[in-house]
Amino acid sequence: MSVASPSNPALALQNKRWNGLRNVLEREGLFCKDDFTPSSDNLEFLQTKCKVLVIGAGGLGCELLKDLALMGFGDLHVIDMDTIELSNLNRQFLFRRTDLGSSKAECAARFINNRVPTCKVTPHFAKIQDFDESFYQQFHIIVCGLDSIVARRWINGMLLSMLRYEEDNSLDVSSIIPMIDGGTEGFKGNARVILPGYTACIECTLDLFPPQVNYPLCTIANTPRLPEHCIEYVKIIQWDKENPFNAPLDGDDPQHIGWIYERAQERANQFNITGITYRLVQGVIKHIIPAVASTNAVIAAACALEVFKLATSCYDSMANYFNFNDLDGIYSYTYEAEKSDNCLACSNMPQLLNIEDPNTTTLEDVIKQLCELPRFQLKSPALTTIMADGKQRTLYMANVKSIEEATRKNLTQSLGELGLQDGQQLTITDATSPTAMTLQLKYQANEVEML
Amino acid sequence: MSSPAPPKSPELSDKSKKYDRQIRLWGDHGQALLEAATICVVNVTAVGCETAKGLVLPGVGGFTVVDGSTVKEEDLGNNFFLDNTFLGKSKAFACKQLLQELNPDVIGDYVDESVDYILANRPNFFDSFDLVIASNLNEQSLLQLANRLWDSNVPLVYCRSLGMLGSIRLQIKEHCIVETHPDNRQFDLRLEQPFQALRDHLESTEVTSKVPWLLVLYKYLKAWQKEHGAGRLAPGSYKEKTQLRDAIKADMQKDEENYEEAIKAVNTAFGAGMVPSNLKAIFEDDACEQLHKKNDVFWIMAKALKHFVVEENKGYLPLPGVLPDMTANTDSYIALQQIYHQQALHDADQVYHKCQEYLRQLSLPADTIDDRTVRLLCREAAGLSVLRGTRIADEYEYKNCRLLPLVEDNELQGTLTAYNFALRAYERFLSECGSIPGECSVEQDIVRLKSITSKMLNDLGLHVTISDDVLHEICRYGGAELHAVSAFIGGCAAQEVIKIITKQYKPIDNTFIYNAISTESVTLKL
Repeated sequence: MSVASPSNPALALQNKRWNGLRNVLEREGLFCKDDFTPSSDNLEFLQTKCKVLVIGAGGLGCELLKDLALMGFGDLHVIDMDTIELSNLNRQFLFRRTDLGSSKAECAARFINNRVPTCKVTPHFAKIQDFDESFYQQFHIIVCGLDSIVARRWINGMLLSMLRYEEDNSLDVSSIIPMIDGGTEGFKGNARVILPGYTACIECTLDLFPPQVNYPLCTIANTPRLPEHCIEYVKIIQWDKENPFNAPLDGDDPQHIGWIYERAQERANQFNITGITYRLVQGVIKHIIPAVASTNAVIAAACALEVFKLATSCYDSMANYFNFNDLDGIYSYTYEAEKSDNCLACSNMPQLLNIEDPNTTTLEDVIKQLCELPRFQLKSPALTTIMADGKQRTLYMANVKSIEEATRKNLTQSLGELGLQDGQQLTITDATSPTAMTLQLKYQANEVEML
Repeated sequence: MSSPAPPKSPELSDKSKKYDRQIRLWGDHGQALLEAATICVVNVTAVGCETAKGLVLPGVGGFTVVDGSTVKEEDLGNNFFLDNTFLGKSKAFACKQLLQELNPDVIGDYVDESVDYILANRPNFFDSFDLVIASNLNEQSLLQLANRLWDSNVPLVYCRSLGMLGSIRLQIKEHCIVETHPDNRQFDLRLEQPFQALRDHLESTEVTSKVPWLLVLYKYLKAWQKEHGAGRLAPGSYKEKTQLRDAIKADMQKDEENYEEAIKAVNTAFGAGMVPSNLKAIFEDDACEQLHKKNDVFWIMAKALKHFVVEENKGYLPLPGVLPDMTANTDSYIALQQIYHQQALHDADQVYHKCQEYLRQLSLPADTIDDRTVRLLCREAAGLSVLRGTRIADEYEYKNCRLLPLVEDNELQGTLTAYNFALRAYERFLSECGSIPGECSVEQDIVRLKSITSKMLNDLGLHVTISDDVLHEICRYGGAELHAVSAFIGGCAAQEVIKIITKQYKPIDNTFIYNAISTESVTLKL
């Protein structure tokens, strides 16, 4: 990052405040990065020029804003679409009881701006998908404190789509916006540094996310054994059947949870199953992940340190994946996650999907694979393609009602019946990425016959 | 986590909702212990305040801040719990105000006197706290405080945050943990030698495709035992396990799920229920052999547990009574679950009665130990843990037996252990010179720091050197405390405090060192 203009005299007033930070940024160090130049320009860059976006103003976001403000950063933006709930207050320390229901982004920004006068936080009470490339372009570094994998994948895709390539197909380094990503679950957490297009991205290591627990429907319906099975039964089957409040299930409505608790208890009694508690019901319905202040503090600090290293060049960035847990003592491990050569998002390669037999494989089978295979994990993909006659055809799209109805019949047809050829390229769009992916079908029927 | 009793009105209390996300980790009983604890924070530093924040938010009972200095402008750059409205005022008061504001459930207090003053004038001040957190002390003050707390049996968590380096030293005499929450818990099923009720059930139940895999596995295990003769209870080697798996596979009609699960379970289903080494050490501990009124009641339960295992249960632990989920019809699974549950209650009851006998012998009231606590201890028996700490002052003794192995091969260069000694040399510099290394001049102070370091290592009888690069880096910081490093250490330290207060999860034993330059950490037993 370039550091140019001379010291701003107005900043001299803040000299003493930053005494400690200035030692680190203005003195020679034997462990510093090779291209580090000790200078007062470093702090000035942090205070006046460097623009950092924090995505999420929750457990990690609150910590990140505080950490960055006190590491000398002067211009922060924060995006969060959520409002403050009571159960946030055990760790999201910028919020008070009187703030319940307010925007997390706005509330967090106000608090930091009041407490740390050298930092200005600009809040955005919005979804990340509400902004386009021109918004994300303005930041030097983006740091994520998200609890959603879909959102992580989306911003990862956005930053990848903003990369520019030279004529010889090499990456234009100036188009890289580094992304620092933190995640926590209970006493475990991780922090990572992603240089899009250059080091492993979110999609390269998609298999690191734990799979969601799903109970087989037949167990839930016929042979429940655990209290969770009874709760799922009420949620999936009984709620729709009885529609008790003439409304869709709302995990934040105590009446709804109360109703499920009672019905689940009845079902559990019927099967002699023990262990239904109100907390368990809430946990299963809302997919609650335990969270403590301490892990969020640790992971956010690890992320903030990497933002600091990148912005000032004072030390080499961590390469590139930091794992932490403090269940048994305190354990940490840093390793280099590898960029995947055939990554869905950053490899620039069409994705191959092997089809054993195009005459028995239906479009629905393909969609199922796109949702279930670890390397894809899409949510609700829309598929279009260019047919042999050069016409564009929408094969399936779930999100637009009229198109869904018109294309539903394709689901049960085989790829052969749909006229899709070996090597045919499908364009896939999904909530997990702002850009489309190209999928190439590879038929194996011939090889099978040869055997 | 133990499941709490069903609430009378299904909806949770306000407090229970606020702390929901953490109660899912340490339970209502852990939360109650946290809310009953009072801690002391010695010295208002960023790392001290961040540690305190990590305790005030989850609802520690109370905290007292001790610091004799006033708020200066340079304090505002790294400490979130000071602001410019407090410039010139008591630092202890300022940060107590801003910390308490985080959580109205917590009672905050402050003392605007230095730790040295308090130790000199009313040293028993610290005795009433459940735990003391300290940071940024010079060597002399650290040792005085640590010795006082050791003698008063108050745990001390000492945090360092300097530049890109941080450390946590836990000083605690003895810490007994029932709920260690092992990450990969092995289910204890007793298939090799079923208890009577289980044997009766297994022998009398027909193995169909609808029963839990446990019954399938038992059927083939019995055949295996017969084949291998007396004394052999379960396959040990990979080859033997493969034989057992193949035997099950051979009888499969189609893809019966319970057979598939039985094949998978061959690897993990056997071998639990024995006394692991950590528990053996507890059984052999003097505190277990010789019960004493004043000791933690844990030892009474440990001795009762030992009696049960050795004298009544043929060397097996009490049954935890917890079953994994297994594909099966409801009735056959619940029936099996009931058998395990009943046996667990029975075993725990035996241990409970032995506890009561010991309590009588010690003339302690019967309600000192209740049956719920004993049930929990029996369920967690395999994971019980006792931590015996060491004095910080011991690290300053000549040829300390724990320090010597660390430096045996003079392999200190580039290791995190080197930073531990460098940070200690920094504290000796503070004591001896009365100034901060590198605060004014790096070049001048590095010479002094070097000589202090080599003298310190020599006094300890350690024939190693610490590289000039490391000492230069220490001097370069000039005492700088960087907020993000303090937030990292503070987060870690807060969780260690919670572990000690809730008596759940294992704390560090006993020194954690963190280097933010390389994003590395290590734990040393000093």
